[in-house]
Amino acid sequence: MDINDARTVVTVLGFVCFIGISLWAFSGRARKGFDEAALLPFSEDDLPAPDAGRQTKEGNKNG
Amino acid sequence: MQSQTYNYKVVRQFAIMTVVWGIVGMLVGVIVAAQLVWPELNVAEWLHFGRLRPLHTNAVIFAFGGCALFATSYYCVQRTCHTRLFAPGLAAFTFWGWQLVIVLAAITLPLGWTSGKEYAELEWPIDILITLVWVSYAIVFFGTIGTRKTTHIYVANWFYGAFILTVALLHLVNSAEVPVTLGKSYSAYAGVQDAMIQWWYGHNAVGFFLTAGFLGMMYYFVPKQAGRPVYSYRLSVVHFWALIFTYMWAGPHHLHYTALPDWTQSIGMVFSLILLAPSWGGMINGIMTLSGAWHKLRTDPILKFLITSLSFYGMSTFEGPMMSIKTVNALSHYTDWTVGHVHSGALGWVAMVSIGAMYYLIPRMYGKTEMYSTKLITTHFWIATIGIVLYIASMWISGVMQGLMWRATNPDGTLTYSFVESVKASYPFWAIRVLGGVLFLTGMLIMFYNMIKTIAGQKAYEAPVLAPAGAHA
Repeated sequence: MDINDARTVVTVLGFVCFIGISLWAFSGRARKGFDEAALLPFSEDDLPAPDAGRQTKEGNKNG
Repeated sequence: MQSQTYNYKVVRQFAIMTVVWGIVGMLVGVIVAAQLVWPELNVAEWLHFGRLRPLHTNAVIFAFGGCALFATSYYCVQRTCHTRLFAPGLAAFTFWGWQLVIVLAAITLPLGWTSGKEYAELEWPIDILITLVWVSYAIVFFGTIGTRKTTHIYVANWFYGAFILTVALLHLVNSAEVPVTLGKSYSAYAGVQDAMIQWWYGHNAVGFFLTAGFLGMMYYFVPKQAGRPVYSYRLSVVHFWALIFTYMWAGPHHLHYTALPDWTQSIGMVFSLILLAPSWGGMINGIMTLSGAWHKLRTDPILKFLITSLSFYGMSTFEGPMMSIKTVNALSHYTDWTVGHVHSGALGWVAMVSIGAMYYLIPRMYGKTEMYSTKLITTHFWIATIGIVLYIASMWISGVMQGLMWRATNPDGTLTYSFVESVKASYPFWAIRVLGGVLFLTGMLIMFYNMIKTIAGQKAYEAPVLAPAGAHA
């Protein structure tokens, strides 16, 4: 097989792969996972207590 | 478990250096812009435009942008994986190693050490150091993901991960070179292959360093600052894969009408046009995250920075595909239009999203809830925005003017204008560009002052690692 056939196959596979991912993303099966993942940045509050830095030493436990 | 804290130290170090290198890189930018208006400013060979220009690009992209990416990726990956950063020793090495790369660049580029490849000018010993730092970065980042306490990998981490992997690949392939002396090497490739590899690197540096990495930043900090989850997680997944599958092919648009085969140029153009779809998908996803909370934009200058950055992202990712059309490129290429386009992306998108993220991060790194002065953030926002508008509008006008002057011919076929006439006509616009650059730099100085006042009297802070909400042992 010519190297160019391999290149063509890889390109087509890439396209099929992308279509597959898109179909999966729009299917109902992915929804639950997406809803959970979307909330990951909010799974904890990253706002320190006011003036936390003034009272604690580096590496110390606080909170 | 209770006493374990997130590794804020390395985030803090990178965040502070983002502001510092931003000032340095933009100051060099103002100097080179001034040298075009006042050529007398080219005072010595190591301060000549030709040597300072790569210093400017390397400093703003890899020092300012790079530090912002390190800081935000290390913060985001710990926070969304609910685990302390993997391999803290290696994380510290990435900080000091990256700072060494920057210092070496600041020394060698003015000395005239260059491999001559745009955005990859640094010579081979520094290339090796970059590789070591980057492999360490990948180990720290993917190690953290591997030891996560959550089920899912948040979409921002996908973007950061793609940025880290692709930049490693780009750097290794494009920097393949034959060393001659300590400060001189030659590319392993020749002729048009060398040019194609260089712009495969160059455009993907834009696509993965300056886009995917900062989209990771966007997907974490816009929802956090807006206080609501991303508009459509599904869209973010399609956005990610569409970007990954198309960006790699767009490089040839840098080589229109060159020795590169015509079909390669056309492929580059077509894929650049396709890129409009994922780019705008991402922009819409970011901006629409604010839907239902638009009022926050009125009072929150950090959100102003983040949302304006997305507007500039949308603008420049519309402009880019248009400029990749061969007939448009015939007018725009080699003119100031390209410079204007790059800066609407670099100042408007990359710098503004980074600045917004830094205003979010810096107080948290010192146990505070907000910056010393919110008013000064607003001032910074407006000065920066006016600066960008002056910069890109002047470059659009001078760019189109240059393109039209260069292609104008008399009825007998001779050129209407000599090159130097187009230079002379460009002067007023170059002066406006200096003004725009000075304004943007002034904004960064305000940010530095605000940062110092925020940090003053505060001790470094480390937040405790908490078990993810909803995770049951």
